[in-house]
This record gives sequence, structure tokens and C-alpha cells, in this order.
Amino acid sequence: MSLADATMSVVEISGVSKRFGTTTALEGIELEIGEREFVSLIGPSGCGKSTLLRIIGDLIEPSGGKVVVNGKTARQARKDRDYGIVFQDPVLYDWRTVAKNVALPLEMARWPRQKRTARIQKMLELVELTGFENHRPWQLSGGMQQRVSIARALSFDPALLLMDEPFGALDEMTRERLNMELLRIWAASGSTVVFVTHSISEAVFLSTQVMVMSPRPGRISEVVPIDLTQPRTAATREAPRFFELVTQVREALHLGQDLDRTAPVTSQQAPT
Amino acid sequence: MSSTAPVAVQSVPRGGLGKLVGHRLVDWLPAVIVLVAVVGLWQGLIVWLDVQQFLLPKPTAIASAFWTDKHELLHAGWYTFQEALGGFVLGSGAAIVVALVLARWRPLGTALMPYFIAANAIPIIAFAPITNQWFNGGLTKSSKVVIAAILCFFPVLVNTLRGLTSVRPQDLELMRSYAGGQTAIFRRVRIPNALPFMFTGLKVATVLAMIGAVVGEYFGGALNALGVLILARSRIFMFTQAWAGVFVACLFGLGLYLAVAAVERVALRWMPSTSE
Amino acid sequence: MATMAAERPVERSTEVIRRAAARVGTSILVLVALWGLWEAYRWLWIHEGWTWPFAVNDTTMPHLHDIFAALWGRASPGGVGPRLITVLVKGALFTAKEAAAGFAIGALVGFALGVVLAHFSLFQRGLLPWIVASQTVPILVVAPMVVVWANPKLPNGLKDWGAVALIAAFLTFFPVTVNTIRGLHSADRRALELMRSYAAGDWRVLWKLRFPAALPYIFSALKISATASVVGALIGELPSSIPNGLGAQIINFSQYYTTQPRGLWATNVIAAALGISFFLIVVIAEKLVVRRAPENLV
Repeated sequence: MSLADATMSVVEISGVSKRFGTTTALEGIELEIGEREFVSLIGPSGCGKSTLLRIIGDLIEPSGGKVVVNGKTARQARKDRDYGIVFQDPVLYDWRTVAKNVALPLEMARWPRQKRTARIQKMLELVELTGFENHRPWQLSGGMQQRVSIARALSFDPALLLMDEPFGALDEMTRERLNMELLRIWAASGSTVVFVTHSISEAVFLSTQVMVMSPRPGRISEVVPIDLTQPRTAATREAPRFFELVTQVREALHLGQDLDRTAPVTSQQAPT
Repeated sequence: MSSTAPVAVQSVPRGGLGKLVGHRLVDWLPAVIVLVAVVGLWQGLIVWLDVQQFLLPKPTAIASAFWTDKHELLHAGWYTFQEALGGFVLGSGAAIVVALVLARWRPLGTALMPYFIAANAIPIIAFAPITNQWFNGGLTKSSKVVIAAILCFFPVLVNTLRGLTSVRPQDLELMRSYAGGQTAIFRRVRIPNALPFMFTGLKVATVLAMIGAVVGEYFGGALNALGVLILARSRIFMFTQAWAGVFVACLFGLGLYLAVAAVERVALRWMPSTSE
Repeated sequence: MATMAAERPVERSTEVIRRAAARVGTSILVLVALWGLWEAYRWLWIHEGWTWPFAVNDTTMPHLHDIFAALWGRASPGGVGPRLITVLVKGALFTAKEAAAGFAIGALVGFALGVVLAHFSLFQRGLLPWIVASQTVPILVVAPMVVVWANPKLPNGLKDWGAVALIAAFLTFFPVTVNTIRGLHSADRRALELMRSYAAGDWRVLWKLRFPAALPYIFSALKISATASVVGALIGELPSSIPNGLGAQIINFSQYYTTQPRGLWATNVIAAALGISFFLIVVIAEKLVVRRAPENLV
């Protein structure tokens, strides 16, 4: 299913399910993500996309199935710090400066001070926040805080970057700008990205593949490969192929909702 | 935690001795005006209504009584202050340790909290005669130190514990993603997060410590202790002198409070607004 | 901060009973554990003869069951007269009356003042810092003085307990005022705007929105004040010759400590019960009045 059969897969998931009490959040998840891919998980509320992301990151244990990250179990990958994670909330610590916030995972991995300082400089350059080292998080705008959060997630050069609706709390213009920046950072760092989002246009713009999910029970209903040219630019959003792909994803989402077994059946539901 | 302010960048405020004491003059001004008004009114009413001075003395009379006896009063105040300080350190220290334990083993904390709250409803002061019996008939400082310590324990415990446990799920998820264990979580997240809460509790405790020491002495204490002094003077209707003693108690209490507040400003200089 | 009330789902009565039973069960467990700790400490210290922090013997740390036995025994030596527990509970009830009266007055005055100050921000900016700072003025410290001063001035019916009630009122009124103001101001701004869009007048807004928003804050102040009232009443009773209260009993038994230590401990048990009862009454009132999860504001 993945575009990168020839390269090594970073994430391999087979038969994963997750139950919370009597609710089935995820069922029968199969996916494979190759190196350097940018995969978006999109779906309505309750489809389990955030849960799936956290299962990849060993922050939630699956009820069944197998998760292989970077050739290891998810738990081992977490212990070896093979991934960085970015949440919708920047989760920065007020009592640390910007630089020290980025330093946090490096401190925990016991990097020597010289190496840390050098790396922090490099990361802040990458997210274009040079000069803000000694600022406090509350002095920055939401978009800038997220950039710090991204810098922190990439600071120890992980193979995988997990992102849970990172731009969800920002306005559309900031979002589009950060999308471009994220693509640039992705290209420069060479990492693989799993990106959870609500926004169809964002998913299509950023990804190499879009995995459409549907709820109750949460499953991947369709995988849409995105064959837009790389690197993506502002012009990409205006290309006809972009709109075609957005429509394709949208229709997949609607189809997925039609499969929702608990949704009431109404006469208005148009057949697809 | 961090706010998502739309304004791009604010400048870092510069510190200094002025900041150490705090707020802008504008904030203080109405309060100062009221103080002057109240004191003036107090003085004025007494003169006008010709209230018997030995019952509710004029501020000026209290001030002069203080000045006359200042050595004795300040010595007594210092004696009692040591009890308050000892109790403050002992009680707060114990509370912080217990808070760390209860935050580490949450089920224990949630189970025990209601009992701590109920225990706080017990009038500790009724225990003072017993502590006096424990320690040399109440003639030394120790019995009052115990009372002050017990009084300080609860507010510091509750506030510190709340700070230690008010971390969001994502903070914990973030630390887990860094393969951080409990120790790392405590050291890097819970404890720094708890500091503002802890200081709130400590400030409350400073007030309780001094009051506890003085009132504890009402049940018995050394002759040169402030509480004993105040009570003795009240009993012989020397109210002006008694109020002078109360004034000294307030001074020392306020001193302890300001000391803690100053430490707070230094420790929490990273906060966006350190005003309380 | 506080948003519109989200009502807790009404629980089935069986659930409520089950949880209350569990609560009682754990309470008993905790009390038994504390008793065990007491006896263990006592045994260990006596066994080892340690004298730090203080020497342990029957006088300084009597057996807990001895204390309870003493409660059930006669108050005065000689085996006649009322039981100790009767004497102490009568004293406690007298003190409770003082504390309750003061608490009620203080709460009402504090609330009224809070409403006024919340409405007139000029008064508030001038008075509030001092109301807060006055908490460092030790009411407890001046309590004996106030009682000695006020007692002669009161009419005969109010003598003795009126002055003490005054102390309790003073201790209650400050936290209630401060928390009323904070609570009234805590109403969610959007909810306020909604009310205004309904052209609701100020009184309506006060009653339907601000007041319910203020309730958790007011109750948290009342919980603190309930305990403070009891403490204030006990302290106020100290210097004056108020023989009927529990404070007098404490002084009385502390004087006879060496011959009858268990008496003083017994007074402490009753005083503890008094304090906890006051507190529990407010907690129960809160659960009845505020039908949503109260914020644990201390």
C-alpha cells in the first residue's frame, strides 16, 4: 500500500485494535509508512486518529495487534527516543527560556553542554527563531510557540515526528505559513512525519499520503496517495490537481461516515 | 502555563530593588489613602466622643507606649518570633515532604486528603495546654513551636500538593515520549510547577505561625514572651500597653511575610506577573 | 474562571448510600490506624526510655482508651456528680452557641459588604487591600482584650457570650467579604454578555448569574470561618470569667493536669468534635445548596 515499498518502513502496524471499556476506539488497523514520508491521518471526531498516533508513540497500549517502529517495538522505540512529538498545545514550560525548553529532551538524554548549545542554535535557526533564545514562552505568539515546540521535537534528530493537530489552535493565515515552514523543516531534517489533522486542505497540501479514517469503530477507510509535485509551494494550492485530491479526500470522508454503524439512517442521506 | 497571546513579542521586564518590593504607586495609592483616613478617623472619634482611653486607646497613645517600652517589647517580640519561625520552618518542611510523598503515590493522597481537611477543623489551639505539659510546663519555646508548626502544616500541604498534581496529561505524555521516569517528571515538571502554589501556602503559614505563637502563650509561657506580656497587661486594664504589644506582634508577622514574599519574587522571577 | 453550572447527574439513592458507607468504612479504618500509631509510639518510647521530644508516660501520653474511659467517668473525683462527658458537652454547646451566633452575623455582614464592594469598584480599590491585609491583624491575639472590654457594655441577656460571639463574627466576616467579591467577579464574561443581550437588569444578573457563580467561593470561605469561629470562641473565653464555656473547662483541667491528665485530653477530644461538627455542617450545606462539584479552593 505505501509508495515506498523499496525503502525501509519506519512504522508498521498490523491488526491493531484499541478498546476503552465497552467502546472500540480502533479496529483492524493496518498501515505501513516508509522513510521520509509525510502521512496525514484525517477523520471526524471519534475516529481514533489521536489514539492511533499515541499507540505509535507508545503513550497508549493497544488492546491487540502489532506495532513496529523503526524496526523495534513501540516501547523500545520510545525508550530509545526514536521519535519527537508535537501536540496542539505547545506544552512549553514557563520557568524555562526558549533555549532551555528546546534543551529539555537533550538534557534528559544527557548530552554534554557544548553539544546541547550547538544543537539548540541549529534548531532555532531551522525554525527561524534565532535571537529568541532567552525569551520566555509567554512572550511569544501562538505560532512562535509551536515553532519552539517543533524545534524541541526535532532537537535530538529523531527518525519519526508525530504531530497531533499542531496548528489546530492557530488562525488560517498563520496555519498556512507554518505549513510551508513545516515542509521546509521536513525536507531539511529528513525525518518521517505522521500528522493528525482535521483540515482536508492541510492534509492534502502537506502529505505524500492521506489516510482517511472513519469512526465507530475507528478504522482506516481509505488511503489517498498525493502525487503533487515536490517541493510544494503556494502555487500548489491553486493547482487543479490539488482540488481534485481535496475532493477525493472529502468524498472518502463522507463515505466513511456513511459506514458509521451508529449514525441514524435518514432519507436525506445521498447515495455516493 | 504558556499563553497563546496574539501579540508578537513583549519585552523582558528588568528587575531591581523597586521590583522587589512590588507594585506600582498607583495600585497602592487608594489603599494608602484609606489607611490614613481610618487612622485619622480612629483618633478623631476618640477625641470627639471622649472615649475612655484605657478601653480603646488612640493610635498616638499606642505609638508612644510602644516607644517608651520599645526595648522590652522588641525583646519579647523577638522571643516569640523565634517560636513562630521555628514552627514555620518545622511545619512547612514537614508539609512539603508529605506533599511530595502524596503526589508520588496518588491513591494515598486522594484517600487521605479528606482526613487532613477534617483534621484542620480541629481547634489546634486547644492543644496548647497539653504541649505546655510536654515541654517544661510551657516555660520554654518548644511548646509554642509545636503549636505553630501544626498550624502551618495544613495550608502548606494543601497548596503544595495542589501544585504538584496540577500538571496536564500532555505534560506527562511529553515526558513519557522522552522516556522519562517518575523522578524526571518530578524534577522537571511537578516541582517547578508547584513552586507558585507552595509560596502561596507559605505566605498563609507566616501569618498563622506568629498568631499561633502569641495565642499559644496565652495558655502559658515565659515571662518575657510577647503573648504573656499582652495578656498580663490586658488583665490589669493597661490596654494601651497591650495594644503596643499587639503592634509589635503585627510587625514581626509582617516581617516574616515580607521575607517570604521577597524569596518568592526571586524564585519565581520567570512568572509573567508576580503580583498576588 | 467559574462557568455556568453544569449539574451533576442525579445519583441513584443506592449509589449514594453505598458511597457513604464506603466513606464511613475508610474513616473507621483511618481512626483505627491512628489509634494503632499512638499506642505503638507510646509503647516504643516508654520501652526505650527516650526523652526526645518529650518523656512519655501515663501523664504526658495516656492510653487512648483511658481518655475515653475518663469521659464516661465522673467529672469530679469522689465518684459522684455528673459524668465528665456531660460536663464537657454542655460547655461545648455553650461555646457552640457563641460561635454559631458570631458565624451567622459575620457571614451575613460579610456577604452584604461583599456585594456592595463588588458593585462599587472605587470602594473596593480603596478598602479591599486593607480588608485582606487586616487578616494579618491578629484578631485572635486581641480577642481576650476585646472580650474584657466589651463584656461590661453588653445588656444582661447578652453578657458573657455576646462578646465572644463578636470575636467569631469578626473572624468570619473578612474571608466571606473577600471571597464574595472574588466570587461575584468570577462570573464568566460571555455569560454576562448573554444576560445583557436579554436586557436583564443588574439585580437579575446578580441573582441569576453572579450569585450562583460566587457560591463556591463563599462556601470555601465559610468552611474556613466555621473553624475560625470555634477557635475564636475558645480564645475569647480565656481571660474572662465565663464559666459555662469549653474554654473555661480547658483552663480548669489544665490546672489539674498533674493529678488528672485525662481530663485535659478529654476536653481536647470534645473540642475536636466541636470543630469538626461545625465544619461538617457547612460541608453538608454546601453539598445541598451547590449542586455541582465545588472547586476545592482553600
